[in-house]
Amino acid sequence: MSDASYIAEREEAGAAGLDAAYAKTGEARPADYLALLKPRVMSLVVFTGLVGMVLAPGSLHPTLAVTALLCIAIGAGASGAINMWYDADIDAVMARTRGRPIPQGRVSREEALGFGTVLSVGSVLMMGLAVNWVAAAILALTIAFYVFVYTMWLKRRTPQNIVIGGAAGAFPPMLGWAAVTGDVSLMPVLLFAIIFMWTPPHFWALALYRSEDYARAGVPMLPVVAGERETRRQILIYSLLLVPLTLAPWALNLAGPLYGIATAGLGAIFLVLAWRIWRSDDVRPAKHMFAYSILYLFLLFSLLLAERGLGWGA
Amino acid sequence: MMAVPQNDEHKRRRARNIALALVLGALVILFYLITIAKMAGGGQ
Repeated sequence: MSDASYIAEREEAGAAGLDAAYAKTGEARPADYLALLKPRVMSLVVFTGLVGMVLAPGSLHPTLAVTALLCIAIGAGASGAINMWYDADIDAVMARTRGRPIPQGRVSREEALGFGTVLSVGSVLMMGLAVNWVAAAILALTIAFYVFVYTMWLKRRTPQNIVIGGAAGAFPPMLGWAAVTGDVSLMPVLLFAIIFMWTPPHFWALALYRSEDYARAGVPMLPVVAGERETRRQILIYSLLLVPLTLAPWALNLAGPLYGIATAGLGAIFLVLAWRIWRSDDVRPAKHMFAYSILYLFLLFSLLLAERGLGWGA
Repeated sequence: MMAVPQNDEHKRRRARNIALALVLGALVILFYLITIAKMAGGGQ
């Protein structure tokens, strides 16, 4: 390609918001492929999957347990890569996602799609062949839900995108449980429900102070479509539903008193933050809620892990 | 053989090739360990 045509192609790609010509030069580093897998999201997914695995009755050979966690991590990451392929136009205009490999032109969209697809299929097959096919089916469902239901169907169409789409992020404890037992019972369903109810206040808190970003990208997040006041109200409603739900494992004798007492305290803080969001028009309570919500979920699952480790669990 | 000076693109390609080799090597080891675990009845 001549310099002139290369520059022309670069300019055209730049105008489209996607520096695709740059990607053709093979500039990707291994770290760019890792970034396609959304490693920060992956870490929470692996952690909740591990908790599901530890809480499940029975045991799994350590090699197979590591394999199952690897499959969960790679499956989650692969769906993230496909999400980046589909949402490259949105990512290019949002400040939060502008630095991702595709908008930066270091990886082409097609490459991201191929990478995500191969890893998705590979992780499901490996889960099925090495662990069991129930866990593999749930992993396939999780990936399909995130890609087709959340990314392709809901995200650009409805402010309920992260409510329904949140199910994709709620599957990992169920996956971990199914990897050990080969089935699904009440406890993994409760863990699923907790993450499912936690997702709206978590994401809407972020959306409250990133609403301009979402509006520019044309993503119908609740603050953009229904306004900040309604979003603050919905955060409080979901928080009021979430906190009693987090106590359900203890109330149903599926978790011990350490979990019950600590979760009540952590839930009270969550409700105070939700109340402060509702009462105020400031963005600071929303920022506090977003940061605390991550810690909250991490601590809840750590408590379950600790109780099992100490032998205090029900 | 004379060493050819490498530009940035070569370095990145080399880094990608090394990463891919490491991933493939890790998969071979993992498949071996999975086979041993399954043969030992760990998958039951």
